[in-house]
Amino acid sequence: MLRFIGHRLLIAIPTILLISVFVFLLQKLLPGDPVLALAGEDRNPEMLEFLRAKYHLNDPIYVQYFNWVWNALQGDLGISLRTNQNVTTLIAQKLPVTIQLALMALFFAVVIGIPAGILSAYTKGTWIDWVANVVALSGLSIPNFWLGIMMILLVSVNLGWLPASGYQPFSDDPLRSIQTMLMPAFVLGTGLAATLMRHTRSAMLGVLQSDYVRTARAKGLGERAVVVKHALRNALVPVVTVVTLLFGELLAGAVLTEQIFTIPGFGKLVVDAVFNRDYAVVQGIVLCTAIAFILMNILSDALYRVLNPKMIES
Amino acid sequence: MKKPAVLTLSAMLMLTAAPLFAADLKIGLAEDPDILDPDQSRTFVGRIVYASLCDKLVDITPDLEIIPMLATEWSWSDDNLTLTMKLRDDVTFQDGTKFDAEAVAYNINRSQTLEESRRKSEVASITGTNVVDPTTIEITVAQPDATLIAQLADRAGMMVSPTAAEAAGADFGNAPVCAGPYSFTERVQQDRIVLTKFADYYDADKYSFDTVTFLPIVDTTVRLANLRAGDVDMIERLAATDVASVKADDGLTMEQATSLGYQGLTVNVGNGDKSQNPFGQDKLVRQALSLSIDREAINQVVFEGAFAAGNQPWPPTSPWYNQDIPIPARDVEAAKAKLAEAGVENPTVEIQVSTDPVNQQVTQVIQAMASEAGITVNVVAKEFATQLSQQTAGDYEISQIGWSGRVDPDGNIHQFVTTDGGLNDAKYSNPEVDRLLNEARATNDTAARKALYDQATAILDDELPLIYVYHQNWIWAMDKGVTGFTAYPDGMIRLAGVSKAE
Amino acid sequence: MSNPVTLDTAPSRQEVSEVLPPKQSRVWRKLRKNPAALLGGGIVAFFCIVAILAPVLPIPGPAATDFGAVRKAPSAVHWFGTDELGRDMLSRMIWGAQASLMAGVVSVTIALVIGVPLGVAAGYARGWTDAAISRVTEALLAAPFLILAIAMAAFLGPSLTNAMIAIGISAVPIFIRLARAQTMQVLTEDYVEGATAIGLTHRDIIARYILPNIVPPLLVQATLTIATAIIAEASLSFLGLGQQPPAPSWGSMLNTAKQFLEQAPWLALYPGIAIFLVVLGFNLLGDGLRDALDPRDN
Repeated sequence: MLRFIGHRLLIAIPTILLISVFVFLLQKLLPGDPVLALAGEDRNPEMLEFLRAKYHLNDPIYVQYFNWVWNALQGDLGISLRTNQNVTTLIAQKLPVTIQLALMALFFAVVIGIPAGILSAYTKGTWIDWVANVVALSGLSIPNFWLGIMMILLVSVNLGWLPASGYQPFSDDPLRSIQTMLMPAFVLGTGLAATLMRHTRSAMLGVLQSDYVRTARAKGLGERAVVVKHALRNALVPVVTVVTLLFGELLAGAVLTEQIFTIPGFGKLVVDAVFNRDYAVVQGIVLCTAIAFILMNILSDALYRVLNPKMIES
Repeated sequence: MKKPAVLTLSAMLMLTAAPLFAADLKIGLAEDPDILDPDQSRTFVGRIVYASLCDKLVDITPDLEIIPMLATEWSWSDDNLTLTMKLRDDVTFQDGTKFDAEAVAYNINRSQTLEESRRKSEVASITGTNVVDPTTIEITVAQPDATLIAQLADRAGMMVSPTAAEAAGADFGNAPVCAGPYSFTERVQQDRIVLTKFADYYDADKYSFDTVTFLPIVDTTVRLANLRAGDVDMIERLAATDVASVKADDGLTMEQATSLGYQGLTVNVGNGDKSQNPFGQDKLVRQALSLSIDREAINQVVFEGAFAAGNQPWPPTSPWYNQDIPIPARDVEAAKAKLAEAGVENPTVEIQVSTDPVNQQVTQVIQAMASEAGITVNVVAKEFATQLSQQTAGDYEISQIGWSGRVDPDGNIHQFVTTDGGLNDAKYSNPEVDRLLNEARATNDTAARKALYDQATAILDDELPLIYVYHQNWIWAMDKGVTGFTAYPDGMIRLAGVSKAE
Repeated sequence: MSNPVTLDTAPSRQEVSEVLPPKQSRVWRKLRKNPAALLGGGIVAFFCIVAILAPVLPIPGPAATDFGAVRKAPSAVHWFGTDELGRDMLSRMIWGAQASLMAGVVSVTIALVIGVPLGVAAGYARGWTDAAISRVTEALLAAPFLILAIAMAAFLGPSLTNAMIAIGISAVPIFIRLARAQTMQVLTEDYVEGATAIGLTHRDIIARYILPNIVPPLLVQATLTIATAIIAEASLSFLGLGQQPPAPSWGSMLNTAKQFLEQAPWLALYPGIAIFLVVLGFNLLGDGLRDALDPRDN
């Protein structure tokens, strides 16, 4: 097991390096001069030149890249050109927000997706299966930003039930913090629920057709016992690994959802940074989320091995 | 607002939604401010935060009169080369440093010499400072500069604590220390900026909030939704199209003021190869385009009449407005005649516009109007950062862009149309206009200045390197309980006298 | 799909013992019995027909403004109302269908054209080729899809074409990965080993065995990715990076509509519902195809 993880971590290194090269090149290709955007109303050439020099934008691109990698290895991801804040600090500020949103969204996804998947598998081919499928896929098909805006209008403005947007740190006021994130988490969760439902359904189907469930049935166990005790336990194994993967994806930030609900997480930060040509921020965040994504992938594979169905078959 | 059927659930949820501070004012901003250092800052929205954080040497009234703030009185020497200011002696910075003439000298020097300073051009005329006594400072200029006092009513006049500035250097913006009524507490980028009442402020009685929280909420709809839901107490830049619904809402009030700035089309008349087209080369074609536009209709269609049509660098309500050049009525026939006179039939032009939907609506209306005069307009959307750099580089034909406006008229015109102007992206050059605008800068006689600006605007209205289209209104919406707010044409939120009923 | 024998990649035990019906008709029969898939296919067909017929339908031009009738509610004259510049919403919805469907189909085509050859190459050649392609794929997969698309759309400049390119490129890794996995799977089959033994060239093996076999899963994935791509186009347009004015697309219509949610809710309602329906259609269809093509499932 340790060897497996070690091997995966090892091959993740070139991947991460590649990502950093991509991001670096891509943003250098972006039209629009960060220094011009930065100089604002005082666009005199001296000022522009000073800023270019200050942020080393005149250096050859490979020099810029190696400097960045060198500093990043020491934990320094540079400073935000726009606000002068340290990117490492920014990431530290945003990480708890993004994790909280991801966890809450997963909660919704799990609560909706897994029961729907079980139900759908168990009633395969009937109209219940059909309806469950269409409902789950509907969640996947609604554009998040549209659902978000509609929910703000309905839930916050018309009903006054929940705050329209904004964020309260969990440590300040846990209840309020959860309230502010209920809607965005729900919006994200509905999309993920469909994925989860599909995986649960197919895992359940596989298990329900398997020999040991037939054996269990043959032994005269009640339907509920068969489904819950035998089928579900085994079917949940692939589901757990999918949940891990989804968590990795969520850490990359829910770009539009964060935009709509003004959640100050990774997604909002990175999009605004792209538009403002705030290169250090784009690099830092993408690197950070890519690493998180890869780690979650490895964790997911490792979990799959640990929880191998055969081990719970008894 | 709530219905009885949902009362229990909503009561449950609302229970903890009660504000933490009884006297906290939450303000929804349209953007996230940039660096919070008056010398490095460059966004309009940042200035809204400064209005509570950093006092200036002088301030303005809603009618744009300059009034005392940290300076109690001032006068120019007879040769207009020395400005003597008397300062308050009861002011301390938020870190306890005493505010005095030395601090003023330090601040002017910082604006001029800090390498990252964006105030350099605003205080370029200053050649030196002389501390006469702790409450008197003399500022000398190379040549008479009528714009200087107005600059000192803005960011160049914001006083930062020399102690803090010296310690932090260019990183001052991460924890700014000024002499305003509220001091900096905390900032989470894109989430919040929290200010706390500064107990030793010289005029503390006028400020009734313990804390002020600025929350950037970019989307106008969501910003208004937050206000309606009671999550913020007031918002700035309400969308013009939301005015009617806010007026109809008993729980909200609204204030507005015509901005000092303008919105319009900048034509590339001499900025590289892209200026080599009928619009860049022939003023008749530009006049035709201008004549094809129904400015009032744009105001009605896109802004429901809430803004103001315009044709000059300042709005018709401004004392600097040239009354001899009224807003032209739309005249399609005259536009066609101009094109015929220029010998250009059915010209085509590309207008670049940012991806902002409101700007795009304006451009699309112009496109439809121009087509009736035989002008084909291609709308090309650019991301704002791209638009800006292409505009500077001359990689455009016409650019739809605006200016947030300055208190002194010079700030709306000089740098845009003088030959060496820093923001002259049209690369317009006319020695006569240069002369008039330079002269207007150098005289403190308001009537003489007005005459000079009138001559300049007359020339510009004929040559049209910039086609002014409309002037925004700053619109603030607030909870009914928030009272005492005064709308200023500079778009700032001044909290003196503002209070909130619980 | 010329060779029905090779299409049966992994026949289940029960099927082997029975007389195999021709594969296509079996798939078709399963699809026909799946009401969800039929519903999806119907929705997709409807929008495709509407989009294709847009130029001949008796509707006003999508860019024809009427400043006297701005944001008018649905009526007998304007069935779907008018937008913020007095343009007929029904017309813009129909022309917008073109933009959205094009965005979905074109970007997926781009992804297929780039992704499949690379994936097959990686799976077939193994070794260094595989390692290099796989590392790049993993790197692209780890970079967030929408952020990649946003950065690329910003780089190329905001327009529908560029949005399609950006979305297409962002979707490439999915197809590389799928084509690679399928290729490797096919290569383990006995008949391919046999083909190698009798001296068929690489080109023959790829053309005769691998490509036909990887088509079904790719078809399923393509259908599902079209759904994702349509949402991605709407998202980019919503951020101002997609279809540009005055041409309509559902996403850019929503971008404008969000200013008028209270005054003119229909502006947001119709494009939102249309996106939802067409994406649901592709998802249902793709899902149904997957079930129908799934050999394990009888």
